[in-house]
Amino acid sequence: MTALRSWEGFLFVVLILIYAVNTWNSPVFLTVGNQINMFQLSVEKIIVALVMTFVIINGEIDLSVASVMGLAACAFGWMVQAGVPAGGAVMIALAIGVLCGAFNAFWIVGFGIPSLVVTLATMIAYRGFARVLVEDRGISDFPDWFDALGQKGLIGPVPLAMILFAVLSVVAFLILQRTAFGRKVYFIGASRAVAEYSGLNVRAVKAKIFIASGLISALAGLLFAARVGAVRGDIANGFELDIITMVLLGGVSIFGGAGTMSGTILAILIVLALRNGMALVNITGHIQTGVLGILLILSVTVPIIRETGGRLIARVR
Amino acid sequence: MRIPLGTLRILVLLGVFATTVLFFASQIDGYLNARLFNRISGSVAVIALIAVGQAFVVLTRNIDLSIGSVVGCAAYFTGGILIAYPDLPPPLVPLLAMGIGAVFGAVNGFLVARFRLPSIIVTLATLALFRSILVQSSDGSSITTNRLPTWLTEFATTNAFTIGELQIRWIVIVSIVVVLTAHVFLTRFRAGRTFFAIGSNPDAAAFAGLNAGRTIFLAFVISGALAGLAGFMFLSRFGNITVVAGLGLELKSVGAVVVGGVNIFGGSGNVLGVLIGAALIDLIDTSLVRWELVSAFWREAVLGLLILLAVAADTVLMRRLLRRKPTGGTR
Repeated sequence: MTALRSWEGFLFVVLILIYAVNTWNSPVFLTVGNQINMFQLSVEKIIVALVMTFVIINGEIDLSVASVMGLAACAFGWMVQAGVPAGGAVMIALAIGVLCGAFNAFWIVGFGIPSLVVTLATMIAYRGFARVLVEDRGISDFPDWFDALGQKGLIGPVPLAMILFAVLSVVAFLILQRTAFGRKVYFIGASRAVAEYSGLNVRAVKAKIFIASGLISALAGLLFAARVGAVRGDIANGFELDIITMVLLGGVSIFGGAGTMSGTILAILIVLALRNGMALVNITGHIQTGVLGILLILSVTVPIIRETGGRLIARVR
Repeated sequence: MRIPLGTLRILVLLGVFATTVLFFASQIDGYLNARLFNRISGSVAVIALIAVGQAFVVLTRNIDLSIGSVVGCAAYFTGGILIAYPDLPPPLVPLLAMGIGAVFGAVNGFLVARFRLPSIIVTLATLALFRSILVQSSDGSSITTNRLPTWLTEFATTNAFTIGELQIRWIVIVSIVVVLTAHVFLTRFRAGRTFFAIGSNPDAAAFAGLNAGRTIFLAFVISGALAGLAGFMFLSRFGNITVVAGLGLELKSVGAVVVGGVNIFGGSGNVLGVLIGAALIDLIDTSLVRWELVSAFWREAVLGLLILLAVAADTVLMRRLLRRKPTGGTR
């Protein structure tokens, strides 16, 4: 019973409900093919949601993730078109992600400018660089092995996307909940001043998180490029909304210091099942995004209402 | 003699603006002429409106990311209503657009002020939500110029008066009146000072008996209403409105506000600075297209870096000033 009272327990019940409704609505939903498809179509968002959990628990935000995805993908496309071997282009694109993260960290940690402002500005700037690279063209014709990574099964029918999600989820879970670094992330998010007075190297932790965010976003951008087999200037535009929704729905506090990786993972599954279920009954992408918007508002409202409700009940007792 | 910080900011901004004009004048042939003014004044008029609305919100330590969707909705729904009722008296139409915008703003304001939700989350959500309302209710069809009354499509290009070759359009006059009204309201009225008080120190404002919730709600309603008015001008300027109308305007408005010297943490700023910020951003935007050395695709990259530099410069400057007088001063 107590397990159900936690936010994760609540999410678990919601997830089962959505699965039940979707199965009821469409016979296709529970098939292996559709379930694999569901992950494959969203892998780029969900791996970024994992690292965004660290960012938000740490009391920061990274709005530039979708633009880093776009920049990495466009840089990759531009290099392949210019004749750089695809393997090398992948490495350089990942390095660009690291640079983007480091650039964010430079202003946030070095100058003490709030991450909201810095990443809002770099969200525009990185997207701008992506457009400078590919202008209004689309670039495709990547090597077959690259496209296959995003489109075909890697081990049997299981695609790279699903394997990456599984592996990265476990890694993210272990780092956040089982290492000293993870505890530092919570501690700094809960109270930065106390953490500083306790002698924690707050700047180093924050810088590492933003660099990791850049790297994973670049990886996500490459996966997206591989899945669709092409890049354009507006690739992954607006994904930050989905990603932040997943994390906040997972019970991570926007003010930092609270939340769990299992909450985020459950929320990812909920958002995936919800979008997939809506798509199966022919609800268009724009409406899906609108529903996600409502979900995002609800996910931040419910804890507050619950708190006031709890206080009222306590008073009555 | 010391120049007040606010005045200094405006002077610096004007200096940057003048330098930018001179720089492009040295790069582009036949740049400095009346056509430049005529070309950018119309779009600055629209951006300045939403930037002033955004400034009200930012002053209270909040942010409104839904503003682009509100402009799109206001333009689209106003156009739709005009097509259905073409005989609507013209003066009512901008008021109608402002009303539509205010309703959207009230939704944001209610969620932020009533439930104390972080505005960045609420407006990120309503950015998507309002856009999907637009897509859903339009069913993918567009508003086209030929279905709108001619007075409306002519309004955007009607001059109030001309000075030599400089054409001063009505929309520019409206925009300047709004900026000046907002400036006088924010600096000379008790209700206006409340926005600064809430933003600079919420606890002190609460102890002083100021109603933070009401002020924040009002800020979002003002932001929505001005976005609605901008939507009316947008409709008048372009005539053709699709479901992507106003996309990305929220970033330009935040850019204008930040470049214009409004503190992103709330509590300080000046809408005259915001007007110059809006003009500067639009000037760079339009001029880059004409500059042969770089491609027009640099616009976004430059805008992003400009915002970053403005904030960094402001942060460093403020810290220097605070360090110089550690005992505190008049500010």
